[in-house]
Amino acid sequence: MRPKLTLLSEDLIPRIIEEAYQILLKPGIKVLNAEARKLLAEAGAQVDEATFVVKIPKQIVETALRTVPPTFHIYDYEGNPKVEYGGDTVQFDPGSSGVAVLDPDTFEHKTAETPDLIRLIKVAEQIPQYDAQSTMVVCDDVPKDLHDLYRLYLVMLYSKKPIVTGAFTNKTVHAMIEMLAIFAGGREQLREKPRAVFDVCPSPPLIWSNFGAGNLIALARAGVPAEIVSMPLAGAAAPVTLLGAVTQHAAECLSGIAIHQLAQPGAPIVWGGAPAIFDMRKGGTPMGAVETAMIDSSYAQVGKSLGLPTHAYLGTTESKILDMQAGLESGMGALIGALSGINMISGAGMLDSLLCQSAEKLVIDAEGIAMAKRMIEGMKVHTETLATGFYDNEINFKGGDFLKQKITMKLFKKEQHIPSSVIDRDSIRVWKEAGRLDTFGRAKLRVKELLASYTPPKLDPAKVERLHAFVLDLARKAGMSTLPAHDLSPVAG
Amino acid sequence: MHEELYKQMAQSIIDGEKETAIELAQKSIELGIPPLDAITNGFVVGVNYIGDLFGKGEAFLPELVMAGEAMKAAVAVLEPELLKLGEAREMMGRVVLATVEGDIHEIGKTLVGTMLSAAGFEVTDLGVDQPAEKIIGKALEINAQIIGLSALLTTTMVRQREVIEELDKEGLRPRIKVMVGGAPITREWAEKIKADGTSEDAVGAVQLAKKLVGKE
Repeated sequence: MRPKLTLLSEDLIPRIIEEAYQILLKPGIKVLNAEARKLLAEAGAQVDEATFVVKIPKQIVETALRTVPPTFHIYDYEGNPKVEYGGDTVQFDPGSSGVAVLDPDTFEHKTAETPDLIRLIKVAEQIPQYDAQSTMVVCDDVPKDLHDLYRLYLVMLYSKKPIVTGAFTNKTVHAMIEMLAIFAGGREQLREKPRAVFDVCPSPPLIWSNFGAGNLIALARAGVPAEIVSMPLAGAAAPVTLLGAVTQHAAECLSGIAIHQLAQPGAPIVWGGAPAIFDMRKGGTPMGAVETAMIDSSYAQVGKSLGLPTHAYLGTTESKILDMQAGLESGMGALIGALSGINMISGAGMLDSLLCQSAEKLVIDAEGIAMAKRMIEGMKVHTETLATGFYDNEINFKGGDFLKQKITMKLFKKEQHIPSSVIDRDSIRVWKEAGRLDTFGRAKLRVKELLASYTPPKLDPAKVERLHAFVLDLARKAGMSTLPAHDLSPVAG
Repeated sequence: MHEELYKQMAQSIIDGEKETAIELAQKSIELGIPPLDAITNGFVVGVNYIGDLFGKGEAFLPELVMAGEAMKAAVAVLEPELLKLGEAREMMGRVVLATVEGDIHEIGKTLVGTMLSAAGFEVTDLGVDQPAEKIIGKALEINAQIIGLSALLTTTMVRQREVIEELDKEGLRPRIKVMVGGAPITREWAEKIKADGTSEDAVGAVQLAKKLVGKE
């Protein structure tokens, strides 16, 4: 039996959905993209072109929900399906779009640049707990017109894993789709086997920005999966009650799905989010708060009731360094996400409310994720009898008896997750002799090992050359003569 | 004189009771209390009290916002009386607030606006997604001493620099001071883009604004 966390009683889910439908009519959704308004108007929504508020009748959304694929995959470089969205699959990726990285020696949150992102990609690439890469930080050493696509470019050069990413403008989303198409072998191949999913954010409360809605439309038409990241902030940009925030989340997602499916029925889309409670002392959005995780778990339950793939931002922290707070918030978040059966859980590696990425945190979080993944495998029946069969003639009431059994050798790896060197299970003597390292000290060593063992992916040189040329052309238009990554690239000519 | 009424005024702000604050402001007019006295001895005391509590972590944002709203409502009742008398509340300075282009987040900015108004600044809040030229244009139009720029997104905070660079290009600084804010904004960032200051919260923003206009 797989353990499951369900915070909403059966009668609450239809109430949430019903009130979300009411919100779509009153006050309606503010849609700042003209094409999205046109699509909605043609489908029968009432559009106020002075205020951009659209009142979306239930049947438009219900029609859209009927065409959303309940499951889909994203693929690795070779075209193998590696991440499955839908049902109760649970997968993890690092948090995306930080602006800083934690310097492991000085504890400074330094502005992220090209070598920092490459370092993060190399570490995440080798950790099996990360089912996908994400475009983890924005690199400050390239002009802002390139910020979103340049991250994707680096991940494509240094990784083979599926990618969780996102565009920052209506223009760059097309460039990023084109970049993925170069590696996929064409637009149709990309549609067939998309390597990436794109986060698309409505703005709380109840707003689809010009670029948010524009991205939904562009992605739908390209057949590249979109992941709605709705962010109700309970008490500030959403009702203060957790259930109120879950309901607003539903309204924002339902309206997004309507726009997306009107642009292209059947295009893949994810019921996702990065909600938070609003901290009434600091005005921040605590991603590590348990109430934040409760909103996530609950909206995922609503999404599942509608038969949709799910995503959430969990397993992250407000802490600035890799301390106990970082550990307990990240670990609890990962466990709550896994128990909630959320298909893609983003946030690993992140400190300081998603602003700062850390390679050292990535290797620590991987252990929390491994524990969460083990937890949801649940209690398994491996043997005919549960225990009696283990007490055969060999047993002579000594402690090590079971170590001598073949079945122990056969089953222990199925029953136990074997942690990396980040987790300390040494005797105090060995621990002292190894330098009395704390979690962070062990994580630093582990990162060093991973950086040393990294080998660049074998990529098709012709495709790499085309990708370089494509991005370099955009870079020149943005005022750069050369790309920082080109010289560093393991596969550059 | 009127000590009890002043106390009630302060309490109405502390409790965030807008309706009560309006009633008390009207009552003070009926009693012939000079409107400046009502503001200074009554309502402002409440705003300062809740601001101090907030600073100590004992009051919370909803209380701060409701106090600011009550303060604004009370001042709105008293302002016509001030005008009739040819007086004016000492104006701390003129501020233009905006969330930068490409960003539509405004919780923090609105809160800063409320607190600045409560503290006696004349605030023009342009709202969200504002390009540099509009922000600067408005600042020139109303002869503002301060521009406050908000950005929540890591992807839009770079726009704060654009506004500052534009001001520099036009030779408008130091005449116009720039304060920046938002979740991803650090002191280092503020220094890097040559802003005149940043603050963690709305109460700090008021202190910063006072400092920038030399009225600490």
